[in-house]
Amino acid sequence: MLSLTPMEQSALMLSLNASAQAVLWSLPLAVGLGWLLGVRRFPGHALLNALVHLPLVLPPVVLGYLLLVLLGRNGVIGGPLYEMFGLRIAFSGEAVVIACAVVGFPLMVRAIRQSAEAIDPRYARAARSLGASELRIFVTVTLPLMAPGILTGITLAFARAVGEFGATITLAGNIPGRTQTLPLALFTVTQSPGGEAEAMRLCLLSLALAGAALLASESIARRMTETRAPA
Amino acid sequence: MIEIHLRHRQGSFRLDVDLALPAQGIIGLIGRSGSGKSTLFSCLAGHIRPTRGCISLCGRPLYHSEERINVPPARRGIGVVFQDGALFPHMSVARNLAYGANNVGTAFWHEVIEALDLAHLLGARPARLSGGERQRAAIARALMAEPALLLLDEPVSALDPGLKARTLDLIAKVQARTQVPMIFISHAPEEVRRLCDQVVTLQGGRIHSVASSEWRAARPFAAVASVGGLRCAT
Repeated sequence: MLSLTPMEQSALMLSLNASAQAVLWSLPLAVGLGWLLGVRRFPGHALLNALVHLPLVLPPVVLGYLLLVLLGRNGVIGGPLYEMFGLRIAFSGEAVVIACAVVGFPLMVRAIRQSAEAIDPRYARAARSLGASELRIFVTVTLPLMAPGILTGITLAFARAVGEFGATITLAGNIPGRTQTLPLALFTVTQSPGGEAEAMRLCLLSLALAGAALLASESIARRMTETRAPA
Repeated sequence: MIEIHLRHRQGSFRLDVDLALPAQGIIGLIGRSGSGKSTLFSCLAGHIRPTRGCISLCGRPLYHSEERINVPPARRGIGVVFQDGALFPHMSVARNLAYGANNVGTAFWHEVIEALDLAHLLGARPARLSGGERQRAAIARALMAEPALLLLDEPVSALDPGLKARTLDLIAKVQARTQVPMIFISHAPEEVRRLCDQVVTLQGGRIHSVASSEWRAARPFAAVASVGGLRCAT
């Protein structure tokens, strides 16, 4: 059980790599949007909030298709990118990262927004009265207090990205060694006669990964919340 | 002088204040819930923008609606202490105190810490402090920024009677040592009686009376206070 077949190894590494990259690339925007939606009130707040959360309620295949329309070789964004730079996004490793990032993004923003909302506004007021600039308040007060939410968001988005299927297969295809992530590999073996044992191994691997990510998130967030209980 | 001439509307509530007081000692601002204490506190600290009027501190305009002056809170030189301290929970007491202490001298630093009896608490996180300790740390943090005026918003109202008395005494002690003028907001006459040199009473968004504390008749009336009809000093 501990030794993985080459296909399992490839699918696992691809899943981990794509999920980590997806989280890393979307993190700065998620922190910014989470803070903006959690702390500020402005015209269009509800619309922006709905847009950010749209991938959460759309079927992943629909999301993948929309991404394909945007990023495909003849797409609105993909077309000019291919013509100008020869970049082909659809059916590439980058497409897996993009699909994972898009489906995990709302979960990350949601967790960060909730932690930003929970920050007592008087901390910022006190910091202002002590002469701090808005940037200093964000870096030294807001960001550290949002840290448990950021961590939870990272973990949820990572776990969601590891399990991503519909958007990935639509945008990136199912190419072994290139775009075939764990769920896609599992889907492939379930379509093959006699693939039940292999499917169960991949299923357990996916469960272990997602479970470990969630447990780690819970544990770290609890520890951080305990040491930062409001004064 | 602290000069406040404000008209502010917030829903059906109207704040209509004309006040000029010497910026010295501890000024009590007393009134029932809904009298306008918190709104006046927010206007002074710069948390809300008054509908019109002007505020100046020692001749320095902080807000003037006609001249479009609205100094941001970070540059007002007004320290604030909230009801429960609002210490930064992720920082130690020492880091909280150092947050605004950019130019403070070592002597002043030690003076404030000694006056508020905080030396043994510097390494502690706010969550581990008692209510009284938090308030003392919050007052010290505000003083370390060397404000021209310190606003204390009901800083002892959540404390039990014993702690309340001790904290009030420590506030008086630190004010006497640092000479930072303070506005002490409260709804409890006994707190004001114990602490303040001058008392401003708010009622329904208007100044009801300005006087030395009637309960402390033995002390000379230090304030030259006037109510109403003053022009904005800018």
